[in-house]
Amino acid sequence: MAGLARLELNADETEKFQKQLGNILEFVEALQKIDISSVPDAAIDCSLTTNVLRVDEIRPSLTAEDVVRNAPKSSNNLIIMPKIVE
Amino acid sequence: MSLHTETIASLRRKLTAKEISPTDIVQDLLKRIESVDPKVQGYLRVNAEAALQQAKVADLNRPLGGIPIAIKDNINEKGEDCTCASQILKGYIAPYDATVTAQLKAAGAILLGRTNMDEFAMGSSTEHSSFQKTSNPWKLDHIPGGSSGGSAAVVAANEAIASLGSDTGGSIRQPAALCGCVGLKPTYGRVSRYGLVAFASSLDQIGPFTKTVEDSALLLQAIAGHDVMENTSRTVEVPDYSASLKQPVKGLRIGIPKEYFGEGIDPEVAAAIKKSIDWFSAEGAEIKEISLPHTHAAIAVYYIIATAEASANLARFDGVRYGHRTSTIGDPLTIYCKSRAEGFGPEVKRRIILGTYVLSSGYYDAYYNRAQKVRQLLRRDFTNAFQGCDVILTPTAPTPAFKVGEKMNDPLQMYLADIFTIAVNLAEVCGISIPCGFSSGKLPIGLQLIGSHFQEGTLFRAAHAYEQAHDWYKQRPLL
Repeated sequence: MAGLARLELNADETEKFQKQLGNILEFVEALQKIDISSVPDAAIDCSLTTNVLRVDEIRPSLTAEDVVRNAPKSSNNLIIMPKIVE
Repeated sequence: MSLHTETIASLRRKLTAKEISPTDIVQDLLKRIESVDPKVQGYLRVNAEAALQQAKVADLNRPLGGIPIAIKDNINEKGEDCTCASQILKGYIAPYDATVTAQLKAAGAILLGRTNMDEFAMGSSTEHSSFQKTSNPWKLDHIPGGSSGGSAAVVAANEAIASLGSDTGGSIRQPAALCGCVGLKPTYGRVSRYGLVAFASSLDQIGPFTKTVEDSALLLQAIAGHDVMENTSRTVEVPDYSASLKQPVKGLRIGIPKEYFGEGIDPEVAAAIKKSIDWFSAEGAEIKEISLPHTHAAIAVYYIIATAEASANLARFDGVRYGHRTSTIGDPLTIYCKSRAEGFGPEVKRRIILGTYVLSSGYYDAYYNRAQKVRQLLRRDFTNAFQGCDVILTPTAPTPAFKVGEKMNDPLQMYLADIFTIAVNLAEVCGISIPCGFSSGKLPIGLQLIGSHFQEGTLFRAAHAYEQAHDWYKQRPLL
């Protein structure tokens, strides 16, 4: 799970989290007992809105300089990262 | 001049009458912060110079003209650090204003500083801040509540006239209750989330901390409304919230949900709430016992949905475009894993892993889908209840503030502290916490009023009447 979450855990954390998360999962097991037959599958949408659209027009946004300013490593308005493709 | 003890309303009167200037207010607050914040530790950063500059040019014709407000450190303010109290965003400078920040500026407010919080708004005590611990101004070895503990504490300690916080499962209302001030979570979609660092996108809302209900109405007026930049914000008209303050309580139908008055409530909290119910009844409100039958499932539903959404929202913190990047050399996957491991605190890691798990294939149906369906049942509980009542009254928290460190070893115990606030976010309705008494240990007790979607006016009506008939709101900690 930690791998999937892109989180590296040390041995200590792994042990502690296993126990704590185990407790939490046990706690949420109670949801299995609730009758959900009256809730249709399509009712997942929690928002009271419908699709919000806008015209495809360019609007002012952040400049490249603004965006790159917080990057750990950058040059020429580009963010620098180790190679992905060898 | 002890302007730091005043409210938005009283200061606006004095400013308009030219008895004082915005600079007077800022200077008095800065003195107060200097004197008291070393003990309270509510502020992560105080923008003294900027605030004094803003004070000089404040437009007194605007609704909040000249009023200094503090902001929770997960709400972007252009040019200022926005850390979410996390190491992973240490040094991150916001390139833009959140909509609420822009709205405060447009209303003439002065942005005084950035307040402490649980890291990425995950917590109920502000102990999960990676920078500092905030103390409850009433008892310094007690927690202020969370995750907006800093925003609550600075208002309670008169270090800010008002502040903004965010509420995903109670993070405004619970600290308001524990610190003895007024905290409002607006209806989902009432206030724009644009520029609020997202924790759980279907639950988050920004809201005000104030000393009085009147101030809460004034501050909500400035930040409520549709935002084209935020597509879950609603086009529902923003009423004149101050007008609701004048409405009487007589005839108001108040629902008392039996599931919120069972075991686990501190007897002093129960007694204070009972007294308040009696007061409403004596004032001519109709008190009805109601049921919210799926209450018992709320925490479980929340910790599946909120962590699932959080795991997705926090995936962006990968050391690439902003924030902490590990100094370990390696391929991108290594960069992600190590940067996140180094940058996130334990509570954040716990929730990301749990969220990843409930969304993972093989478990998605059993956990996430099921939780979403039970969420609908919880919403129906409220919709049904609001057919027969205008407002629902509950305790805000089961106990007054607990001691620092008391619940840090058992995350589940900490989660149970949210039991009365959490369903309100799940149902997307609005809720306000107001002071309703003190424990024998002189710690504040909060009363929660819950309203149906976009009925903040009804909350203000009931809350203001109660507040003005009692002395609680006039009491401040001896600091």
